[in-house]
Order: sequence, then C-alpha cells, then structure tokens
Amino acid sequence: MINRILNSSFFSILTVLIFLTVFWYGASVHLNSDVLIDKYERKKVEWDFSKLVNDSWSMKRPIMPAPHQIFFDMKKSIFDQKITSKRSLVYHSWVTISSTLVGFAMGSFLGILLAVGIVHVPTLNKSVLPWIIASQTIPILALAPMIIVVLGAFGITGLLPKAIISAYLCFFPIAIGMVKGLRSPDLMHLDLMKTYNATKTQIFWKLRRPASVPFLFASFKVSIAISLVGAIVGELPAGARAGLGARLLTGSYYGQTVQIWSALLVASLLAGMLVFLMTFLESSVKKRMGSEI
Amino acid sequence: MSSNFPVVDAKKVDLVFQTADTPIHALSEIDLEIKKGDFVSLIGPSGCGKTTLMRVIADLEKPTGGEIKVNGMSPEEARLKRAYGYVFQAPVLYPWRTVEGNLKLPLEIMGIGKIEQIKRAKDALAMVDLLGFEKKFPWQLSGGMQQRVSIARALTFNPDLLLMDEPFGALDEIVRDQLNEHFHNLWEQTQKTVVFVTHSIPEAAYLSTKIVVMSPRPGKIIDIISSPLPDKRTLEMRDTQEFLELSQRIRVGLRGGKSYD
Repeated sequence: MINRILNSSFFSILTVLIFLTVFWYGASVHLNSDVLIDKYERKKVEWDFSKLVNDSWSMKRPIMPAPHQIFFDMKKSIFDQKITSKRSLVYHSWVTISSTLVGFAMGSFLGILLAVGIVHVPTLNKSVLPWIIASQTIPILALAPMIIVVLGAFGITGLLPKAIISAYLCFFPIAIGMVKGLRSPDLMHLDLMKTYNATKTQIFWKLRRPASVPFLFASFKVSIAISLVGAIVGELPAGARAGLGARLLTGSYYGQTVQIWSALLVASLLAGMLVFLMTFLESSVKKRMGSEI
Repeated sequence: MSSNFPVVDAKKVDLVFQTADTPIHALSEIDLEIKKGDFVSLIGPSGCGKTTLMRVIADLEKPTGGEIKVNGMSPEEARLKRAYGYVFQAPVLYPWRTVEGNLKLPLEIMGIGKIEQIKRAKDALAMVDLLGFEKKFPWQLSGGMQQRVSIARALTFNPDLLLMDEPFGALDEIVRDQLNEHFHNLWEQTQKTVVFVTHSIPEAAYLSTKIVVMSPRPGKIIDIISSPLPDKRTLEMRDTQEFLELSQRIRVGLRGGKSYD
C-alpha cells in the first residue's frame, strides 16, 4: 500500500511541488531583502529577521513574489471577476487560447499538406524541405512584430495575425513528424500493396495515413504548446489590449510582478491542459486503432 | 483459357543487380515451367536467388535478360490482373486493422462490395481454421496465427496462383509441422498452383510435387525433382523410405551445387 503511494506519479509530482514551494519562499526572502533592508535603514525602522521575512512575503511590488501572493492574485483575477471583465484572467486566457487554437489548426493543415506533398512529389522534397528548416532559424521575436505590422497594413488585425504567428511556429514539427510518419511503412507493406495493384491514392489512405498517426500525435503534442507560445509572443509587440501576452506586458510596464507571475502561471497551466487534452485524444484514437496500450 | 498456358514459363531468365561496387548476378539462365496445380518448392541456401525468382514472377523485380510469362502474359500484365496472391516471410498485417479488416484490405482495393467482403473474409478465415478471431487485432494472435491470417488474406480474392516466400520460416518446428499439414490439405482442396520458397528440406519434400534446387553466385537451378510421393500426404509419411530417399536427393543436389561451402 505504502509502496503504491510512493510509486504513484501523484506522489512524485507532489514531492517536487513541495520542494519547489519551499525553495520559492526562500528565494522570495533572499531576492526581496536588499530592497527592504534599504528601506528600513532609510526610515530608521527597527527590524529583525522575522519582520524581514513577513515583509518580503507581502510586498506590493516585490522582485520575487511569494507563492501565496500569486495564488491570491490568481484567485482574485480568475474567480472574483466577471469573466467578461478586462481584469479577469479567464477573459485574457480565452483571447490567447482562441488564437492558439486557430493558429494550431492552420499550422496543422499547412504542416500536413506540406508533408503529403513532400512524400509524393520528389521535386518538393528537394526544394521545399530546406526552406522549411530555414524558416525556423529566424527568431520568432524578430519576426512577430513584422508579421503584425505587415498584416496591419492590409487591415488585418486582432486574432488572425496572432494565429498566423502560432501557425508559423507549429507547422514545422507537424510537417517533419508527418513526413516521417508517411514514410514509415516498410518495403514489405508497400510490396503487398503493389501485388494488389493498388493506386497511389489507395496506398495513401489505406497504408500511409494510418501508419502516420502515432507520429502525428507526437508532433501535435509539441505543436500545441508551441502554438500557445506563438500566440503570447504575438500579443507582445503590438501592445495588444487583451490576452495573456498583454497581461504580461502591462504587468511589466507598471512593475506589477505579482500580475506577471500569475499570468505566467496561468499560461503554463493552459499549456499543460492543452497537452493533456492532446494525450487524451491520442490514447482514444490509438485505442480505436487497436493499439496495445 | 489460362489452362492452355503453363502458369509460369521462364526461359533463360537473367537478373543482375547493379550495386555501388560490383554487379550482383542474382539469377542466371533460369529455365522453369510450372503447370496448373503444381506445388513447386524453390530450395537453396541464402543468396541463391529463390526469393528473387519469386519476386520476378510477381513483377516485384524486372529481369535483365531472358523471357518470363505468367498465365501466358508478362508478369506485369499478370500483376495488374491480380493473378496471384503473395505471402511474405513476415505476416505483414496492418496493426490498426482487426483480423477481418486485414482480410478485407485486398477486397477493398479491388472494389468488391461490402457484404461480399465480409462473406469472403469469413470463408478465407474458415479455410485457415481461425473462425471466431474476426474482431481480434494482430498483436492479440500468436506468430503462427498471424501467418495463417496472412495466408487467408491471400485466399480472399481467390487467385489461382499463390506465391509464398518462406511463410513458415520464422515459426518453431511444432507450429511449422501443424501449418505444413494444414496447408497441404488446403492445397489439395483448392487445387491452386503454389510456388513456395523454403530453407527446409523436410518442408520442401513434404509439400511439393516438384522441387527446384538452386545454388548461389550466380543464382541458378541445379536440379528439378518431381516428387515420387502420392498427392495425398500425411506427416507420418516423413518416416517412409520414399520420403527419406527424396530428402537425400535434395540434399545431394544442394551439396552438388556446393551450397554449403
């Protein structure tokens, strides 16, 4: 019984979380103490260590907020606001998530399309693949503002430019994974299709496509998280008014570190949720395809 | 119509693979005639071209010289007409399809109606004695069962010619004996023409009406033996004088070709 608890993933996650929290509280005192001590000395306040600890965990604009400050800020901005309010993190999350999902859909479509082309057309294999790889060497932080500015010049603003940045980031792992997946059937499987005199289309639908599914899901899991990063990055340069990226930006303008951290935490929770959903989808698809697991 | 022609008619077939360093002479002057209803085993050591010869019949390789006809047509025409069923060394089942789904695969490709597909899949499964396993996935079956499914898959579209490339090679001897016996009965009932690649002398002697002994470098035929055994065979027959003499002759043939150098 005890062994089972010790071996469960819940327990190991909990252990890491406890260590992280303890470390965090310590780091919070350490990083905030300089500012506080400076203040005490200027105002000639009597202080001891316990006062320092207490104060460093309850500063208004700490360098490193304590976990409970972030927690209460998250609670305030998630549960205590109407979700349509601009102060609600649910509202901002939704703005980011919607462009994440649109971008992911666009990127998946593009990635799969490219992969199908690359596998079937030898010229594409030689000409497109190097460009795809080159496209990913440009830092997205440099590219994002330009995409937004150029699209803005055409009157395209709001969700679409952010989705395009997401798509730009996430099509790559999908294209690469899918090329590998579509090429995964071995020679005997292809020979078998040849003995049936199967057409290229039949080989694609009956052999290559199902064979690529595990590869596709591996790529999806990477891509969905990258999509979220893309959407947030897309919110930074244009001074967007809504979205987690905007929250990060306003937080840093006004030195609201607690707000930054809670937006960050929400972003990572969202990423975790998206990956979890994808894993769930993967296992149900694999189950339908007769996988052992 | 096809009975007027030999099922396979090879005359001086040559095949040279061009590799990076030296060309490999895989087949040299192969003369072979296979009649309807024959069970022909190709036996020889690794590299003697037995699989290559079968792949030439199946139009999976093109010969570089000589002439070969399948049912009186070029191998390509025969393949396009789906004249044969091919059974590979491995079962080559699709892991994402059930047993039934795997059996339906060739039928789907050939555009056969859905109801007919199910019926034929069932019939083929009955022939390999696997009724009741329709909804199982390949990983749920043993290696021998998987190979039986792959034989059943080749039977679904009822080709007159079966090309089998060491279908039982990866199985242990007990399962292999069972499948040999089972497959012999199947051949007797269906009267199909079979070309069968094997490494095993007892397997070749037990199953075949004609045994083609081959030797490597270059791959050529060194002996063609017509089996003296009656068409109806039993596993016990393997201890008879006739069977032992046949095995002996195959062994001598293989040694004469310096196969075991």
